[in-house]
Amino acid sequence: MPLIPKTDGGSIHWTLLREKIIEILIYISGFSAIIFVFSIFAFIFKEASGFVFSHETDWSFFFFNAAWQPLPEESATYGAFSMIIGTISVTLVAMLIAVPFGLGLAVLVSEFCSPKIKETLKIVIELLAAIPSVVWGFVGLKLMNYVLVNFFGAQVGSNLFNGGIVLALMSLPIIVSIAEDAFKAVPDSYREAAEALGATKWQVVYKVLFPAAKNGLLAAVLLGVGRAVGETMAVLMCTGHNLNNPFSSEFPFLNIFDPIRTLTASIAAELGEAPRGSEHWQALFALGLLLFAIIFVINLTADLVVRGIKQEES
Amino acid sequence: MFQETPLIQKKNRQQTIARTIFMIMAVLAIIPLITIFIYLFYKGSPALSWEFVSEFPRRRMTEGGIFPAILGTFYMVALSLIIATPIGVLAAVYLNEYAGNNWFTRIVNLAVVNLAGVPSIVHALFGLGTFVMFMNGPCLLAASLTLAIMTLPVIIASTKQALEAVPMSFREASWNLGASKWQTIRTLVLPNSFSGILTGIILQVSRAAGETAPIMFTGALYFRKQLPDSIFDQSMALSMHLYTVATQGSQIPEKIQFGTAIVLLGLVLIINAASISLRVYFRSRKKW
Amino acid sequence: MQKTIEIENLSVNYGKHNAIDDISLFACKGEILGVIGPANSGKTTFLKCINRTIDFTSTSKVNGTVKVGGENVREMTSVHDLRRRIGMVFPLPVGLPLTIYDNVAYAPRMAGVRDKDELDELVETCLKQSALWDEVKDRLDSLGTKLSGGQQQRLTIARALSHRPEILCLDEFSIAVDPVTTMRIEDVLVELKKEITIVLVTNLVQQARRLSDRVAFMNQSKLVEFDEVDTIFGENPKEKLTFDYVRGYFG
Repeated sequence: MPLIPKTDGGSIHWTLLREKIIEILIYISGFSAIIFVFSIFAFIFKEASGFVFSHETDWSFFFFNAAWQPLPEESATYGAFSMIIGTISVTLVAMLIAVPFGLGLAVLVSEFCSPKIKETLKIVIELLAAIPSVVWGFVGLKLMNYVLVNFFGAQVGSNLFNGGIVLALMSLPIIVSIAEDAFKAVPDSYREAAEALGATKWQVVYKVLFPAAKNGLLAAVLLGVGRAVGETMAVLMCTGHNLNNPFSSEFPFLNIFDPIRTLTASIAAELGEAPRGSEHWQALFALGLLLFAIIFVINLTADLVVRGIKQEES
Repeated sequence: MFQETPLIQKKNRQQTIARTIFMIMAVLAIIPLITIFIYLFYKGSPALSWEFVSEFPRRRMTEGGIFPAILGTFYMVALSLIIATPIGVLAAVYLNEYAGNNWFTRIVNLAVVNLAGVPSIVHALFGLGTFVMFMNGPCLLAASLTLAIMTLPVIIASTKQALEAVPMSFREASWNLGASKWQTIRTLVLPNSFSGILTGIILQVSRAAGETAPIMFTGALYFRKQLPDSIFDQSMALSMHLYTVATQGSQIPEKIQFGTAIVLLGLVLIINAASISLRVYFRSRKKW
Repeated sequence: MQKTIEIENLSVNYGKHNAIDDISLFACKGEILGVIGPANSGKTTFLKCINRTIDFTSTSKVNGTVKVGGENVREMTSVHDLRRRIGMVFPLPVGLPLTIYDNVAYAPRMAGVRDKDELDELVETCLKQSALWDEVKDRLDSLGTKLSGGQQQRLTIARALSHRPEILCLDEFSIAVDPVTTMRIEDVLVELKKEITIVLVTNLVQQARRLSDRVAFMNQSKLVEFDEVDTIFGENPKEKLTFDYVRGYFG
């Protein structure tokens, strides 16, 4: 029996060398995500550092004062309070709409409907996720604006509610898909056991599935929040872009038809006008740093929550 | 048959109610979607013509077409994918085939998740602070690099999913036959996850085409008479164009605004639909 | 008698679990070594040590020496060369998602064989040796994964033979195969052992009796007895445990 002829030494050498090079490339690419996250932080921090380390920067003013007046330069004040409130309020409105709808859709998709409807719904949700944020902004600006003014009696059509609805539709897909994954991760034996004991499908959902999938659902909501906080173009175009605090001490505590202004939209709107390296420019990068930090915390929490599930399983 | 007790009747009622509520929710979520599409097409269809997509804008964008914007978007997306795809695919290969189950892998995974969550405007800040700076001003390449970093984590995630779908037993069989790790990846793992990787990347084409914030300050501009000569030129882009015509200057006719919106939305949805049908097609001829 | 596999004081731990506890045995060219024993007695781990696929289990810890062809496998520079000298067949057949032809030609190609005629000849010989040729010769370009279970197992054997191994290891190959195919493969093994060493791990005691020249009986990670087939299955094996096991009193 002839043994396989060994390829001559030279070509083996080349093959091995080529493999080593490719594997080194694979390792470098593997680390690239770390490098990028780190350099995003580093470069934004670098640009913002003039503002961050300046003796004139009063942090309590930055966080708790509403006066964001980059012009005139001599008497500029940078208080981000309104924008932080704006981001919080629009995220809140969006989540109040998107969370019940998202979880409901996820339950429907994973538990209640036939495979055919399920496929269709999933494709619709996927297409929903594909619509670019600038198109959402356009819809808010043209269609929602009109509807809110003419049918809801809003003074201005571009407002908190407009942005909230658009953001809700935008964060719906991610909430549905993560929540559906969470339901899918619940072992079928749980459902079968509950149904064997005489529970209806609805009872299975709220007595078995919700408790069993609660971590995954929490992660779904967190990622939805992250999406809403970070969204830029849509909120820039349909929230009215006005420094304002929509919360009030009187009922209903939130004026949903007030125009607002968010962190992301402020950066997008003003970055073009701020001269490179100016105090205004640095203050905008400081806003970016704040956004980065918020998103980092949200993602970290979501990751820990998801990891919690995995550890419980194993 | 069994007699239905009042309790069972109550339970069945509950179930029907729950089902109905969920169905209504689904319909409520889908109706606005359909309304939006119909509304956009109704308003924008008068503008749609071959001239609209093949001509330059005229008279301060109040007339003519949007050809340079379409071409600019094409350049940016193509360039960004050329940059992001190899890195993304190799990174996914690292995570799925090489990385051990240790703290370092956890950090890499966490970095991917975080990179995916970074807001688009923060990517814009990063692009402005790095690429635009190194290239002495905004340009196509800077915008594409910014887009590439943005699409990278999603390419990693979708590729990783495709690699995970290849059964472990194939790899073990290959190793037992004396194939090295990379040989196994090249001859078995990658060819068998190719369809999944491809559909993931096509999906990214549509995502990148719709992005506005990251290119706004790094390479896209409102209006330019000529097409870009090189990757160091600035260019118009479709998403940026939509933002501009929708918000700046009220004298731009509505049909141009809606026409631009439809072209962008149509483009994105067609690419998406292509990705979905490709996925269905590949699934139907699975090899194992 | 040429010893192709020599194992001295081999122990393997998976974390705290002791999978193999201090075993020593050997296998010779021209013979079939049968390894029998109840489930979880360390038989599969033993095979993984021979071609060092045990390395892929990160928690494993190996002590002792395994020599293939007189060479310590731990000291070999190219683990791929080692694996090319050993054919492996596992309980569940794995047809690679390639054509039947490519399945068999996979290992030679990975080893650098490019010549078409040589590959054609190799594929034909291997498929004939594994008694699959007649069934598939007209559809060599259809997918290996679409074959039936028994055919896939024979395809796996053809593949394991494709790099002309000095040693062929089979791990309970008949689990997923019908009795008729099992008999055919057994005939193939008897034919093959003239030229190479075969290690046959099986939980079918009678199969070991039919085919083996030497038998190793493992129980609870330990080697209970290692001797010629007639002694193990005879009236007077050294250990009472062996006697009980081969007669089906336990296990």
